[in-house]
Amino acid sequence: MSSVLFDVPGPKARLRYRGLAVLGTLIVLAILGYIIWRFYDSGQFSARKWEWLQYTQVQEDLANAVLSTLKAFALGAVLALIFGAVFAAGRLSDHAWLRGISVAIVEFFRAIPLLVLMFLFYYGLPAMGVKMTPYLAVVLGLTLYNGSVLAEVFRAGILALPKGQSEAAYALGMRKTQVMFLVLIPQAIRSMLPTIISQLVVLLKDSALGFLVTYQELLYYARSISTQTSFGLPSVPSTMVVAVIYIVLCLLLTALATFLERRQRRSKKHLPPAGAKVEEAIPEPVL
Amino acid sequence: MDVLLDNLDLYGPFFLTTIKLFLISGAASLVFGTFLAMLRVSPVPVFRVVGTTYVTIVRNTPLTLVFVFFVFAYPYLQIQTFSYFTYAVIALTVYTSAFICEVVRSGINTVPVGQAEAARALGLNFGQVLGQIVLPQAVRSVVPPLVSTLIALLKNTTIAAGFSVAEAGAIRQYLSERGDNQLIGLLWVALGFIILVAVLSLIQRGLEKRWSVAR
Repeated sequence: MSSVLFDVPGPKARLRYRGLAVLGTLIVLAILGYIIWRFYDSGQFSARKWEWLQYTQVQEDLANAVLSTLKAFALGAVLALIFGAVFAAGRLSDHAWLRGISVAIVEFFRAIPLLVLMFLFYYGLPAMGVKMTPYLAVVLGLTLYNGSVLAEVFRAGILALPKGQSEAAYALGMRKTQVMFLVLIPQAIRSMLPTIISQLVVLLKDSALGFLVTYQELLYYARSISTQTSFGLPSVPSTMVVAVIYIVLCLLLTALATFLERRQRRSKKHLPPAGAKVEEAIPEPVL
Repeated sequence: MDVLLDNLDLYGPFFLTTIKLFLISGAASLVFGTFLAMLRVSPVPVFRVVGTTYVTIVRNTPLTLVFVFFVFAYPYLQIQTFSYFTYAVIALTVYTSAFICEVVRSGINTVPVGQAEAARALGLNFGQVLGQIVLPQAVRSVVPPLVSTLIALLKNTTIAAGFSVAEAGAIRQYLSERGDNQLIGLLWVALGFIILVAVLSLIQRGLEKRWSVAR
């Protein structure tokens, strides 16, 4: 198989690749070996550091912590999707003032770091006499930031549809709202589903920021476990356990995105995006 | 306005630390991310597996967790301890490199195979193909996503505030000790970030204009 950078290897190149493969394997094994040795040498594999996992109380608390992470994720995701749909429609509106407001709000929330946004809600609003729970601050932050990104995704999806779709709908005598909600948005959601879900993965990861505004989620719980001397200060084990939980949750969502993408490619119900430009127009979902 | 003017001694140095954090970890992520991209496009399967595994793991881990690992867990491994600033740089680099890697890789993939095949047919060697044919074309399509990754990095530097680094995200804490209004103080921080993001977007637009040559 010829790629952009490398030609199909001949006998000499194949030999070289094999040599490099051996060398690469050795380097990887050396690095892994060093890491495992460091873990072993500093006593991270000792039973004492891991026994906390056996207590039913700890297991229950851990499950509850996962649940509060998922709670923030679920509400944040639903609200962000609604926020995104509303402001995407706002940015495509025929009224200039509505477009202006939507652009300003979306750009504002996209430019502010999510953590600063959460701080604004949790530490800032009480200065004005508004009481805030950590949960509410986290959900609001997740909603406004990811909702703004989703608004851009929805808008890109609608703009990528062939013009004939809306023209045909208008020719049938549909009104603006009907064209938007019956013709354009359903198709845009279909073609944007993979991107939407990868943004939801970002949202799930961002929920870990709740740790910094004292929302008692997964990461918060891991920290509280690792400061307990009775368990032998299991900082490394608890971080590893939580990392595995986060990675599994995110991979499940990603797997859903890949599955939908594959199913979509097979089905003929939706129209392919109008140009290759679409990919560039969509902001790559990053934290 | 008072909150900003009374605390200029906070805003100045703290935002400077943010910018320093951004520049150092940005440069490091570009280098390490490109290295990872090289692994991912290499013809040797072992290298590809290593690159893919790294990207998959890191992309699905929250950045806050990466910070927690380096600040709280890593010292237990008794290898070598660093300052909080260095830990922040390491955490940001480890995380951002995975995203830079994907951007660079997709940039290389946008170059049509025919371009390189034609170059090889003309007798150019690997270095010439890479330096004169593939990279000049790849860089152009890479600029917009690369800058948005860097913008995300800039915003992510605020997380360092939760881990004892005195940068813009930490201004709030000091304001509350001084008894100033945190809401207004935080709004000034937000404005600072809006300005910094706007500068980056302007750079991006400038580069895009200069390099937008029809292919």
